[in-house]
Amino acid sequence: MKHRGKGMASINYPIGMNLGGDPSQALVHSNPTGKFTVALSAIDLGQGMKSVTRQIAAETLGVPVEDVYVDTADSDTGPHDMGSFASRGTHRVGNAVAVAAREARGVMMEAAAEELEVNASDLETDGKGNIHVKGAPHRKISTKDVAIAAQFKQGKTIAGRGIFLVPLSEVDPETGEMSPATCYAHACLVAEVEVDDETGEVAMVRMDSAYELGRALNPKMVEQQLVGGAWMGVSHALYETPEPYYPEPTHGPRDFNEYAMPGPGDICPHDIAVLERPAPDGPFGAKGPGEMCANPVLPAVANAIFNAVGVRIDDLPITPEKVLRAIRQQGGAKPQARR
Amino acid sequence: MKTPVQFRHNGSDVAVFVDGGASLLMALRDGVGDTSPKFGCGQGTCGVCSVLIDGELHLSCITLAESVAGRSVETADGLKAGASLHPLQTAFMENFAAQCGFCTPGMLMAAKALLDRNPAPTRAEVVEAISGNICRCTGYEPIINAVLAAAGNRQRA
Amino acid sequence: MLELRKEIFADERDDNLNEIGKPTQRQDMIGHVTGNTAFFDDHKLAGLLHLKVLRSPHHHARIRRIDTSDAERSAGVRRVIRGGDVPRNLNTLLSLLNFGKDDEPSLATDKVRYRGEPIIAIVANTEREAFEALAKVRVDYDPLTPVFDVEEAIKPGAPVVNETYPKNTFEYHGKYDHQKLRFGDVEQAFAQADHVLEQRYQMSPIEHASTETNGSIAAPETNGRFVVYTCAQGLFFSLDTTAKILDVQSNKLHFIGGTVGGGFGGKVDSLTEPLATLASMLTGRPVRYVLGREEEMQFGSPRGAERIYVKDAVMKDGRLTARKVRSYLDSGAYTRLSSYAVIKCAAHIPGPYTVPNVHADIYCVYTNRVPATAMRGFGVTAVDFAIECQMDKLAHLIGMDPMEFRILNAYRDGDMKAHRREAKNTALIECVQVAAEKAKWPIREEFKRMSSRVGGGGARAAIPQTRLDGGAQAPARPAPQRTSYDRPLAASPPAPAPQPIRPASLEPQRTPSQPPPPAPPPSPVPGAQHGAARFSSVFGTRRR
Repeated sequence: MKHRGKGMASINYPIGMNLGGDPSQALVHSNPTGKFTVALSAIDLGQGMKSVTRQIAAETLGVPVEDVYVDTADSDTGPHDMGSFASRGTHRVGNAVAVAAREARGVMMEAAAEELEVNASDLETDGKGNIHVKGAPHRKISTKDVAIAAQFKQGKTIAGRGIFLVPLSEVDPETGEMSPATCYAHACLVAEVEVDDETGEVAMVRMDSAYELGRALNPKMVEQQLVGGAWMGVSHALYETPEPYYPEPTHGPRDFNEYAMPGPGDICPHDIAVLERPAPDGPFGAKGPGEMCANPVLPAVANAIFNAVGVRIDDLPITPEKVLRAIRQQGGAKPQARR
Repeated sequence: MKTPVQFRHNGSDVAVFVDGGASLLMALRDGVGDTSPKFGCGQGTCGVCSVLIDGELHLSCITLAESVAGRSVETADGLKAGASLHPLQTAFMENFAAQCGFCTPGMLMAAKALLDRNPAPTRAEVVEAISGNICRCTGYEPIINAVLAAAGNRQRA
Repeated sequence: MLELRKEIFADERDDNLNEIGKPTQRQDMIGHVTGNTAFFDDHKLAGLLHLKVLRSPHHHARIRRIDTSDAERSAGVRRVIRGGDVPRNLNTLLSLLNFGKDDEPSLATDKVRYRGEPIIAIVANTEREAFEALAKVRVDYDPLTPVFDVEEAIKPGAPVVNETYPKNTFEYHGKYDHQKLRFGDVEQAFAQADHVLEQRYQMSPIEHASTETNGSIAAPETNGRFVVYTCAQGLFFSLDTTAKILDVQSNKLHFIGGTVGGGFGGKVDSLTEPLATLASMLTGRPVRYVLGREEEMQFGSPRGAERIYVKDAVMKDGRLTARKVRSYLDSGAYTRLSSYAVIKCAAHIPGPYTVPNVHADIYCVYTNRVPATAMRGFGVTAVDFAIECQMDKLAHLIGMDPMEFRILNAYRDGDMKAHRREAKNTALIECVQVAAEKAKWPIREEFKRMSSRVGGGGARAAIPQTRLDGGAQAPARPAPQRTSYDRPLAASPPAPAPQPIRPASLEPQRTPSQPPPPAPPPSPVPGAQHGAARFSSVFGTRRR
């Protein structure tokens, strides 16, 4: 017989390397015709490092995103970045890019001001490739013409450098007092499962969640992380282990037939709400969803299984074998109050 | 002693020399210079090496290079029509169906194999068709949506 | 399906942005769908050689003798590399940050400490010839008793896994085998609690299982340098690790990467770069070292297992009054990054809740298994599993709805956290409320009205009296902070409403994301790497 159950979990997640001390740098410069390169050594694992930094640079510079290209990673040309882990990329690298882009923008506006014979503070960018006098859009110059004038006439380099560092915190040996992070992301997830009390199999029915990430720099890419991460959470909760009899190191999987993960036929609908409470020190307030997207799923699924059949499995992964043994030990499924 | 193998690769005649026992995957990557099919396991269990041989989906990492002599091999590198993207490629883009991109070439070939023989698949048929292709990043949902979208577009065309 | 709930915290945001917030197509998407995206292995170099390693079949053994004479004569073999050929064979990854002692060889010489530990590297014309040569290497082992369970490993008399840490635990602050967290008095809270619940949780190790395995290709470049195409998640981390192990200046290496087929933490360890680069130096040829899938699954570093004991005190009215956590991270045979995960774990306790009494001891334990490494949620995922299962059990115990139980205990702006920092920019309550609404999970009106910005601080901002393990009282105020992120603890007035974040492009003068004025630099530690005192407060003087 199959039983449905709902369970929830709520979490927060620290952004960046614990204790800080993890710098990121960026260099931004314009080519002769006003197209920008962002030079980094940051790593794109698929999470979209090249893409969010491109958007941050474009926003800060005030130019179309098509006029920005992110070049990474080459140790000869990209300035130092600590690496892509600890949900630090958007926050640390994004901030460094914003600082570098701000400097480059400053030079660009000064060069434009010289061409238009106004003060730089009288100018604004239109995000479409032009710089014009505030309130007088016909008095304008293209970023392309500014770049040409800057380099060949004025002798200016439209370029910028940026570094972002959260200074390293100490840790008290007796109390554990420390500054782990400057901001945290948050999440709450509800999992609904269906447990078969004859086979112990647990099927995912649906997930509903709310994630607070500071600012969704690109909602499609946020969706990529949250959907993919939740899938990995299900995989951790119900399927994966390289040591099925841990701590006995036997029967370790050797290929993807033996290392179980949910396939496309095992997924369920997932409705996500994104909240944005900007981090005071995040680029446009952004935090980073890369890791916390999986975390609430593990306990939410375990709690949903309890709601469905009344058993608690505290030992991951929650395999059909463990569920069946627990149900039998308890004398049968004991569904809890329906929600 | 190396063996010559001649076959059609994305519509062109190619010839490579392979060691005995060499896989089609290595012949394509090292011999032909087509790096779109990827090495993920060499065990036939992950699908990132997927190619079409005479229109049928195969795992090139466990296919002997010599076995494709005289046959037609298609990879993701050949999906474009000139400079234009294949409808599947467009659909993957519009549905954000790739993150790291490593499974994408194989996934596209699995999808193509499906749509070439079944232009209007159900969601369950799409799931079945890509079940031999592992993706660790996307959670599969956007990939399924992309294939259905491509099928929908082709129907309208 | 994803929706943006813009109305929540809208007063703290300026949403007047141009490009930010748009669903702009990824820069790399066209490359991905055309197969043009170039990963490390998509670089073709003429004369490429292949490196494979011999791995220990034993979990724990002394190496008496290694005989490579037949292997060296094997067809296609260009070079056999032993531990003695590695300029600095002993390393620990975080030595770059002055953290921990060098404990791990690139190639084992006298002892193996996990099944799969590399002993000999063979460079040959093809992978097949490398494998055939490896099969001809003869190693004489004296097997030793292994230990696999973290709590067994820390008992006196347990087999010593890693002689650098003879008690099988990493050493913190030069004196402790664990990291402490002490806040208030948990024992008093347990004595006064309506309910006390103590449970044990076990998180499995996890394989990263990216579709791209670990690997790199190293080749001679110009000017006496070497280029390395790498899947590393930290480019300079990997470059500097390689430079240290090979004892070369950093600018002799040119690392190229940045496009990785999935990482999730499994490509931080520089598993292949040092040996591939050494092999290229020794042969003068390009060398490719890529892990096979079985090799990666069995011997690539996993997320470390964690065993967590949680003991909580809860009152009938739903207040969580104490949380005591004891956690053992299974580091495997070598330290790698687990020492750091312990601190991150300690920092995370008791979760996003305001708990007036918190006590934690977190251990990094060595066992005879593949060394663990970072993975998505490092130091946090397992303890979140434990905490949130525990919260569900507590709610059930007192008959309170789990959502309401979270909202009641959630941290709010201005609360004091267990590591003695003020909670800021909190949003747990709002996430719970929205998730409940989406899942049609009814919660009472009063809980729907609660807010992260209301009700925090005041008495909740106090640091409780805390007795330390030695008997002394902990200081009543947080230590003076070196960063301006940590505001000194004020007496009660609530924090002013935060300023909306203005987009940088509209306000060239105000630079909200500019780093704060730098704190005075710490005095340099003698012999420190990179000219900075790194983690010295945690790990005492770095010893080799």
